[in-house]
Amino acid sequence: MKKNSHRTQKIAFFFLFLATLLIVVPVGLIVVMIIQKGLPAINWQFLSDVPRQGMRAGGIFPAIIGTIYLVTGAIIFALPIGLLAAIYLSEYSKDSMLNRLIKLAIVNLAGVPSVVYGLFGLALFVIFFKFGASILSGSLTLGIMILPIIITTSREALESVPQSFREVSLSLGVSKWQTIRHIVLPNAIPGILTGTILGLGRAAGETAPILFTVAAFYLPQLPGSIFDQAMALPYHLYVISTQVPNVDEKIRYGTAFVLLALVLFMNLVAIIIRYKFRKKKKW
Amino acid sequence: MVIKFGIKDLNIWFGSTQALKHVSMEVLPNEILSVIGPSNSGKTTFLRMLNRLNDLNPGFRMSGEVIFEKENVKKIDVELLRRKIGMVFALPLPLPLSIFENVAYGVRMHGLANKKRIAEKVEDALKQGYLWDEVKDRMSESAFKLSGGQQQRLCIARTLAVEPDVILFDEPCSGLDPISTAKVEDAMVKLKEKYTIVLVTNNVKQAARVGDRTAFFLSGELIELDKTEKIFTVPQDKRTDGYIRGKFG
Repeated sequence: MKKNSHRTQKIAFFFLFLATLLIVVPVGLIVVMIIQKGLPAINWQFLSDVPRQGMRAGGIFPAIIGTIYLVTGAIIFALPIGLLAAIYLSEYSKDSMLNRLIKLAIVNLAGVPSVVYGLFGLALFVIFFKFGASILSGSLTLGIMILPIIITTSREALESVPQSFREVSLSLGVSKWQTIRHIVLPNAIPGILTGTILGLGRAAGETAPILFTVAAFYLPQLPGSIFDQAMALPYHLYVISTQVPNVDEKIRYGTAFVLLALVLFMNLVAIIIRYKFRKKKKW
Repeated sequence: MVIKFGIKDLNIWFGSTQALKHVSMEVLPNEILSVIGPSNSGKTTFLRMLNRLNDLNPGFRMSGEVIFEKENVKKIDVELLRRKIGMVFALPLPLPLSIFENVAYGVRMHGLANKKRIAEKVEDALKQGYLWDEVKDRMSESAFKLSGGQQQRLCIARTLAVEPDVILFDEPCSGLDPISTAKVEDAMVKLKEKYTIVLVTNNVKQAARVGDRTAFFLSGELIELDKTEKIFTVPQDKRTDGYIRGKFG
């Protein structure tokens, strides 16, 4: 009997380990493959030049800049709104039917397919608000897409700040807003940044939402204002992989490598900021 | 003599459970009123009513009146009320700030910006909390580096810094060793010259040591309230007698 349970345990461990390995393997393969095939393409010209010869040569600079603009725009739009909504939901709203509905809506919003956001952005920003296909429309669409991520993670971060801190602060006659501003928010920043990191990565990598709202097929100059169209890395990758014949594999994997590196770099910055704040955390 | 708190027929519910039943009593100025009773007897609910901290709990309802210095607590601006009625919690709860900033927090938030004045107030409060000598050279360290007893005295100093009239202690020594407990008790006895103190405690002996008067709560009802010597020598109710002799609770 005892021997038997020991064997069951071993089998269970084996399957748990196998499942974990199955997660690690594809990640490793993707990274290795992209580095292996993409790294040779990386040189100064590739990073700083515009695409040439029908995107079969030259660089991807406009797409890099376009993606940076779009992600920055999306965060500028989504972070303040998401954070304020999260503060309202976790600190002010009472536990009513309506609020539970709002929370449910936010969670479900996170599950909407990205192409639907793209269509929505086309209808609302491009056509209704007449922003046209522009960085503004694209950023707003991406912003709406990442709002639920930012709200949900920020709310969790705020709610993880011990209730006792709030009680201590309030018991000193400090107002609720001051308590949130000086006690709750500073201690929730690492969690809020995590949400921002997740949102950032998602916004940088999505193709569908920018497809109808901003992305240019081929635009060899840099955008001059937020009302201009722009190239973007994920869409550019799609274009050179499926729409343009005879593109060197090196260029395709080079583009993927840059996209990956860009997301990683942005994440790294946020992770460093988060680490700094975590170190300050004193309980 | 102005009565500090007048409580008339106070009932409190959380959802469908009644936590306090028909409590009527008074708190006198510059006394230490000990509140004793077993767990779930409503002591803490009673205490948190005085500074309206119960308002934060979901499902809180009340009837009856709590009068603070002739005014109903519901009619007083809640932030002003809590400035006048400080509270020290059961566990030492320093804010995630430095030692100095913990004590300075209240006065800063209440609008004092003059650095010298803030430093004076912090020093004064720490002296009143009998912590100054132990922390004066390490004011910028995290408050979490202090020992449990020091943290609790820091919390007392933090409460004193905003210059309240009344201090509510919610089982302040439940997490402390006997020596730290003695220090906190010493501080309390000296503080009553300037402040009115309501002390909720699970420790019957502590009530006997520091309380001027003692109230005994059981299942949300006030069973008996009298001078501490009387409660501990000739209690009128046999349930009080049973509790202080350790027969239940």
